[in-house]
Amino acid sequence: MLWIAWKMLIGNRVKYLGIVFGVVFAALLIAQQSSIFCGLMLLTISQIRDTQGPDIWVMDKNVQYVDDIKPLSDTELFRVKGVPGVEWAVRFYKGIARARLEEGTYEQMILLGIDDATLVGAPEGVFMGSIADLRKPDAVIIDAVGYKRIWPGEPLRLGRVFEMNDRRAVIVGITTASKTFQSFPIIYTRYSQAVLFAPRERKVLSFVLADPSPGVPAEEVCRQIEAQTGLQALTRQQFTWKTIRYYLQKTGIPINFGITVFLGFLVGTAIAGQTFYLFTVENIRQFGALKAMGTSNWTILCMVLFQAIQVGIVGYGVGVGLAALFGVATKGFGRLSFFMPWQVLAITGAAVFVIVLLASLLSIRKVLVVDPAIVFRG
Amino acid sequence: MTASNFSAALAVHCRGVTKDFGAGDSLTRALRGVDLDVPYGELLMLVGPSGCGKTTLVSIIAGTLEPTDGEVVVLGNDLTAMSNGRKVRFRRDNVGFVFQAYNLLPALTAAENAAVPLLIAGWGRAAAVEAASEVLASLGLGDRLTNLPTELSGGQQQRVAIARALVHQPRLLVCDEPTSALDAENGRITMELIQELAVQPDRAVIVVTHDSRVYSFADRIASMEDGRIESVASGPHTAPA
Repeated sequence: MLWIAWKMLIGNRVKYLGIVFGVVFAALLIAQQSSIFCGLMLLTISQIRDTQGPDIWVMDKNVQYVDDIKPLSDTELFRVKGVPGVEWAVRFYKGIARARLEEGTYEQMILLGIDDATLVGAPEGVFMGSIADLRKPDAVIIDAVGYKRIWPGEPLRLGRVFEMNDRRAVIVGITTASKTFQSFPIIYTRYSQAVLFAPRERKVLSFVLADPSPGVPAEEVCRQIEAQTGLQALTRQQFTWKTIRYYLQKTGIPINFGITVFLGFLVGTAIAGQTFYLFTVENIRQFGALKAMGTSNWTILCMVLFQAIQVGIVGYGVGVGLAALFGVATKGFGRLSFFMPWQVLAITGAAVFVIVLLASLLSIRKVLVVDPAIVFRG
Repeated sequence: MTASNFSAALAVHCRGVTKDFGAGDSLTRALRGVDLDVPYGELLMLVGPSGCGKTTLVSIIAGTLEPTDGEVVVLGNDLTAMSNGRKVRFRRDNVGFVFQAYNLLPALTAAENAAVPLLIAGWGRAAAVEAASEVLASLGLGDRLTNLPTELSGGQQQRVAIARALVHQPRLLVCDEPTSALDAENGRITMELIQELAVQPDRAVIVVTHDSRVYSFADRIASMEDGRIESVASGPHTAPA
């Protein structure tokens, strides 16, 4: 009987495509907007993701997210180093600096200062020049997207010079880096160099990056650091989620995306529901005939649900496929963020399931109450 | 007399059957105490003007409508005492339907349409379509098995409907205006097929019709008027006593 349901469904191509369109529209909008939302959230944590190596981030206890810099005294590094369970700890500077280019124009840049001795926190994607060259005087490494933003249309070139805080900076390497929320170019340099490039302040240390001793859980070391220093210590994972939670709770981003996703859900349900209902009404005599011939209400219910689920599967597949295609097609556009984790697929799938269920409810009621004697009426 | 007493001789036994639609001021009495017996091996025609209750009566006999009152025993089963679930199974196993508007599923081929009762009964698709194809071939549609209903003439569609009604060997065949949408020639062919294939010693056929051209195929003709059976006359096909 499910086979008959399937044949009935695809027998009317226009109606079938109409119902599928509603689901595709909803799935596309939900998956695409959710993926852009996830992409934006990913931007907010790009510096945590890109700073490979340390498992523990230590910061002022009032810091709420990675860009919320509340400088510490340099002496805090030694206090952290003294906590049992800390294998090593290094300084990390993060700030915004204004660069004066050769052409006389100015650009805001994200300035990251990594430990002079160990270069912990250096970017891993250097493809021109070398990380070791950071030890040269005035040396900086710049991200490729930032380079193209500052000098659009020009080929990547090492040795290029610009100024920050009246101090000379020389590009010794170009790296790939995750896009940031502010979309400023990212400059990596040594910590001692970074504090010279940055505007002068009494305290300059942004974070202490640390690693637990082998066999000691990072969470336990964080507790120890907090207890002994009064600072806030978070594992990489904890800091990632703290930052994301901040943007979720303190900005309008989730509401804006949520409204779009909800509208997609509503419009998709309306289109699919209306078309599916019309399809059922159009076939009501066929359903009546099937009931007259001895098809049980349970079988009829299964048939309608099967039709709805079939539409849902096709609509979901096409919808998330189009959303993924959108993501692939826009990958080259530097400013657009798109990240489609499996959770987006699962949420979209659940939403589509609810849509087809809602869409089929009226139809189910219609076919269940239809009098099989309808077939005897002319 | 109990239901089992009738089962040997009568396919259909109705006594005092009434059917009301609506209530209060809007109450409409469609049947007003119908008595009717249909023995096995008989083709009975129900005739009468529009609104006289023919369709209501045949719907009750076929088990698709509940009577308001009265006794309805079909193939030895008291339909008034049956649960809905049992009635569905009863129709599936025992009743074949030929509808005025054919009611073929437009997305299915002729063979697939004719196979629907077997599919409802749980047959596998291939076996059901094969069995239906044989019935269609016996109705002269062996070369139309894969055609969709829209590719068939009205007469051919009605033959597919007859094949669908007979494919599962029902013991009661109910035909609602089977010739009203057909021209005289196709109407005659349809009735010949029903008479030839459906009228069997262990089966009863009830045909609701307005079409006086096909009265000659009846064993008996029951005339209805205003919710009652006014007269039952023997048709030209009445078996000699």
